[in-house]
This record gives sequence, structure tokens and C-alpha cells, in this order.
Amino acid sequence: MGFDQRKDLLGLRDLGREEIEQILDTAIPMKDIVQREIKKVPTLRGKGLITVFYENSTRTRTSFELAGKYLSADTSNLAVSTSSVQKGETLRDTIKTIEMMGPQVIIMRHSMSGAPHYVARNTSMRVINAGDGTNEHPTQGLLDMFTIREHKGRLDGLKVAILGDILHSRVARSNIYGLLKFGCEVRVAGPPTLIPPDVERLGVKPCFTLEEAIRGADVINVLRIQKERQQAGLFPSVDEYSNLYMLRPDHLRLAAPGAIVLHPGPMNRGVEISSEMADGPRSVINEQVMNGVAVRMAVLFLMMGGGRDEAAS
Amino acid sequence: MRLRVRDGRIIDPAHNVDSVADVLIEDGRIVGLEPATDPDRGSTQGDAQVIDATGKIVCPGFIDMHVHFRDPGYEYKEDIETGSRAAAAGGFTTVCCMPNTDPVIDNGAVASYVRKRAQDAGVIDVLPFGSITKRQAGEELSEMGELVRAGCVGFSDDGKPVMRADVMRNALSYSRIFNAPIISHCEDLNLTRDGQMHEGYYSFVFGLKGIPAEAEETMVARDLLLARLTGGRLHVCHVSTRGSLELIRRAKAEGIAVTCEVTPHHLTLTDEVVGSYDTNTKVNPPLRSEDHVQALRQALSEGLIDCIATDHAPHHLESKDCEYAAAAPGIAGLETAVAVIMDRLVHSGALDITKMVSLFTVGPARVLGLDRGTLSPGARADITIIDPDRVKRVNPETFNSKARNTPFAGMELRGWPWMTISEGRVVAHDGSVG
Repeated sequence: MGFDQRKDLLGLRDLGREEIEQILDTAIPMKDIVQREIKKVPTLRGKGLITVFYENSTRTRTSFELAGKYLSADTSNLAVSTSSVQKGETLRDTIKTIEMMGPQVIIMRHSMSGAPHYVARNTSMRVINAGDGTNEHPTQGLLDMFTIREHKGRLDGLKVAILGDILHSRVARSNIYGLLKFGCEVRVAGPPTLIPPDVERLGVKPCFTLEEAIRGADVINVLRIQKERQQAGLFPSVDEYSNLYMLRPDHLRLAAPGAIVLHPGPMNRGVEISSEMADGPRSVINEQVMNGVAVRMAVLFLMMGGGRDEAAS
Repeated sequence: MRLRVRDGRIIDPAHNVDSVADVLIEDGRIVGLEPATDPDRGSTQGDAQVIDATGKIVCPGFIDMHVHFRDPGYEYKEDIETGSRAAAAGGFTTVCCMPNTDPVIDNGAVASYVRKRAQDAGVIDVLPFGSITKRQAGEELSEMGELVRAGCVGFSDDGKPVMRADVMRNALSYSRIFNAPIISHCEDLNLTRDGQMHEGYYSFVFGLKGIPAEAEETMVARDLLLARLTGGRLHVCHVSTRGSLELIRRAKAEGIAVTCEVTPHHLTLTDEVVGSYDTNTKVNPPLRSEDHVQALRQALSEGLIDCIATDHAPHHLESKDCEYAAAAPGIAGLETAVAVIMDRLVHSGALDITKMVSLFTVGPARVLGLDRGTLSPGARADITIIDPDRVKRVNPETFNSKARNTPFAGMELRGWPWMTISEGRVVAHDGSVG
């Protein structure tokens, strides 16, 4: 099944390898458009998409909006804070209201895992998950995979280390699900309080030291550490965290030659990643941002693109 | 008013009865059994109403010692009348309702209200539990004597576990005056905070905050030690983990006065079903992983578990039609319990039918110290008749409960309650009440 046959993009867990490849392949020409002087093609003219963010994320939202605009879709943004939900309107009612405004695609960020799955069941619009709770962030996973493939020429069989708060990270989950479909060896590292129970059952190797995870790795993906986790007692202090888990230049000697460093941003410099690493020659962090727009263009194109919707009508 | 339930297979585990016979009822009491081989049977009962129970299983009325009827305070979810009707349809003739109402059942007036409303509804018998502490706040003991006088048969703070060990100690000690069980919802709230499902492989995969089995087990261990210290009667409700069972097994062997119950959903569903983010799978304690479910089944057939209870937790649609983390926990279980156990455990060979009947009758009666759960002459004529081969699909739209929240919706199950007789009156027949 091709990804363009799907109604929604909710996560990489239930996406097939071929579907992921279709998205990544489609992102290649999209990246050309992003790099052009005139970044506009008429592909999605007359189509509407709306971003609905129940949790703040300027960069992901902007990335989706630009992706839509470059493809000539009409993009709109509904800023909903969690507090407005507490004022009374249910998610179902909010979505119904949006649906009546006519967009084909809703791009949703929500603090609760599974919220986009719930929405997808209750609307005829196509739903793109832009991050749900601690569950998945599929377009981030896809842009990470696109970036890795671009640099390594392949995904199959790579050794990938994911560092930081694995337990609460939707980026980690989407990466793990996606990369495992390509036979990657995925190691995760962080303090035991931030490593999920039974993660081995997924086929992922848990490590408590950076060194163990990084040894021989082709890719190092550093996650943002959230300071709230310290308040929750999951580690003693930010200082101790950075002493034990901050990625430093000397770590790179353990990695495979030509290893690359990713970070989904925004970075806490000096906490989970040193500035030398963030700005160093192995860092592909800025490229990830550009690739994010390209991958989102690919997803929008495949979900809203010409033929199928017209045929359906 | 006479009634003859004819030619059914009588299973009365309290007296090791398993034979085809007639049950004779007069004025709401059991008169006795008359063997099908008796040539004179029926000759003196010409004026009795006869119910042909051929091919059916005739049991003492089922008792569910753990339901939530939401009345007073949350009648939009369920009230005592609709809850009673759901119970009757599900084959239950006695239920015990939890005190987490508004106001809390922490005084005689509220307990009397519950008794009165149940009597007015006139369907089945509802026995309330009083709260252990005033307002279920976990600080000061309720007036247990007044609650017992008003009809309470046990004490529980239900979903609000008594976190203070000293308060729990005093409750177990003080309740000895009444020989009433302290029913403990074992959960260390510090370990479950914000948890949405069982902690394990699937909680990571679905990105939902986990609740470790140890959140239950540490409290089971604490309460068992306090029961030993005080000599009070402890009943652990909805046991859901292997470790809790091990603790209870050791405590029983040691002679500690402990009993426990398990729910149909914990016996038949695993945490894997949460993957749909169907809020009907959200329940407290959460659905556990396969190894825990197997341990529960094993303990059930070995006799470690005293009774099956539904933890019937009706919710309004709005509480479930939402994001998973926002959903209220609970399953409306009264109308599916018997069919789920019949289909998944009895017909699959995992549980003997006699054992099942005892878990729904004499088991809970003993926990509560009730003179029920048997067909002995003189007992209340509460009878549950099961059609073991009736196949039906679970359709929440036909529930007598106000609630529709069930993860069993759409499942085809074999073996359903066929008739419920409460104090000699037929109150439900094939799912219809009245």
C-alpha cells in the first residue's frame, strides 16, 4: 500500500516501509523547491489546511505552514491553548467546527497521547499528527530519517544512538519505529528513570552511559531534556545530567567514522549537547530544519495531491 | 405466591448440589428442592407458577459486591433504579454499592436513602458500603456503628485509598466491633500519579504514562501487615497483579483474615487493547499484561480468589468520548459479567462451572457475612438462571444501565443470564427487566 492511499498520518508505528520510502522519495524534489529562489508551485492550489496546536510549538507549526504555502495550499492556524479546552468546548466540537470551515487536512499537536487518533475517528478531514503527548511525532521521525539517508546514502543496517529522555519522547518513539523497519540497530541511552520499561522487547538496546550507546554509532540523535523532569525527581539536577549525559566532542571518537549528530531542537546548549557539537562539522541540525519543510511538503502532497481527491469527488 | 422452577440443572456450591431438580418457592423464600425423579412432584403444587428451566443452569442469586450506582449526586451517570435494573438483567440479585457518591455514604442518613431508593425501585437488593473515613478524606474514621445500623455491610474509601497507615490501622481495628470487612482499593497514589495504563512494554509503545504493578502491590503488602497487626478483616478489591496474589496467598496461609475479588475485565483483557486509544479500555486498576492475566486465572481456579465482582462503573458518554488521558476510568460491567466469564473462562475450560457459580454466590456471601448465596430451605428466594448456550452479541445500546462504556461492545459471547428471580419474583428475563 502506498502512503497516498491512507486517510491519516498518525504515527510511524503503523506505517509500512514502502510508505515511508514513498514519503522520503517524494521529499527529494520538494527539497529542490525549498532551495529555489521562487519557492512556489501550484500543486495544491485551492486546497485548505489548518494547523491546530493545543500545545505551543512555533517551529513545527511554521514548518507545516510554509510547506503548505510553497505548494500553494491555503493555510490557516487555530491557536488553542489547553486552558480554552478547560473552558468547556470538547475536542470533538472544536474539530466539528473546523470541519465545517472546509479544510481538507488538519494538522494537530496535542498534549495527550492518542488525541489525533480520536480526532481521526471523528472527522472526514485528513489528520496529520504533529506530536501527541509522549506518543509520536511522525513528521519529525520522517525528517530525521530523510536527513540520515541523505548523509549516509541508506538507512538499512545503520547503528543509531538516541540520547536523553526516551521515556517521555515522542521523537524517540517515531525514530525507533521508523528506523527498526529498516533494520537499524537502535540504542537508547539516558538515566534509568528516563528509559522505558521493557524497551528491549521492541528490539532496542537500553544503555545507561553515553559511551556504550555511541560506540560504533553512525548516527547520534540527541533529545531535548525538559527541566520539568528534574522537578518530577527523575534526575537530581541539570548539572548532574549534563555531567553524565551531555554530548561532547570527545564522545565522537567512539562513534563510527563520519558519524552525524542530530537534534530535534530547540537545544539546551550546555545541557544535553555542547556548543562545539551543536555547531561542529558533524552536526546536521540546521539541515534537519530545512528537510522538515521538504518532508512536510511531501506528506501534504501525497495526502492532498491532485488525482485521488478529485477522483473521489 | 408459589413458584416452581422446573427441570433445571441446580448448582448450589454452598451445599455441593449439582443435579437436575425443581426449586420450589413460596412467599419469597425457598421451600426446597424436589428431585426430577420424584414421581409425586408437583402433585401438591397445582396452583404454582411453573418456569420450565430445562437445559438451563439454576443457581442461587448472584451477588456483586462492588458496584457504583452514582446515586446520590451523579444520577445522570446512573441511579439506583437503573443500576438495579442493570444488575437484574445481568443476573444479580444482590449488589453492594460503593460510597463515593455526593454526599459520600459516611452517615446513616445517606445509607438509609440508598436502602430506601432500592426498595422503592423494587428490583433487586442493594446493600451499601459506608466510607472508612469521613468524606472519604482519609483522616477521621466514619461513624461505623451508625452506618451498620443503617444497613451498611462493609467499609471502603473506594477509589480514594487510605494513604495514612495509622488511619488504616485504626479502621481495621475498630471495625472488629461489627465483624465487617474493610474493603481496600490498593493503590499507592504516589506511584500512579497521572498514570493512564499498566506500565510495561505497551505503555511505552502507546506513549501513555504507566502505572506499575507495584503501585497496587505495595499497598496490598501494607494492608496485609495491618490486618495481621489488628486482627481486622481485610478485603482487597479488584486484585490485578501477580505480586498481589502472591502476597495474599502467603497471608492466607499465615491465617490473616483476608479475602479478595477479581473483575471479569481483568480476567479477560490485556493492556494490548489500549492501543486503539479506546477510552472504554481505561479502568483503575488498569488492564494488565498477559502474565498478570494468566496469574489471575490460575488463582481463580485454585480457589485463592473469593469472588468475582464487576466494579460496575457507569459513566456518561462525555466522560468517555474524549482524549484518553481526559477520560474517566471505569467499565459498566453488570450486564456483561456473566456472559464474559461463561464465554471466556467456562466454555474455554479455564474455569469449572461450579467454581464459577460459587465465585458469584457463596463466595461473596461469605466475604460479607450474608445469609445468602444458597438455595437452602428458608433462604431468600434469590435465583439466577443461566442459559449456557445462548449466543448473543454485546450491544451497549440495549443496556438497562444509563451507561454504555464497555470494551466488550460487539463481542459475540456464549452463555448468558436467562432469568433473575429476586425474593420469589421474576425481575428479569433474557435481558428485559420488569
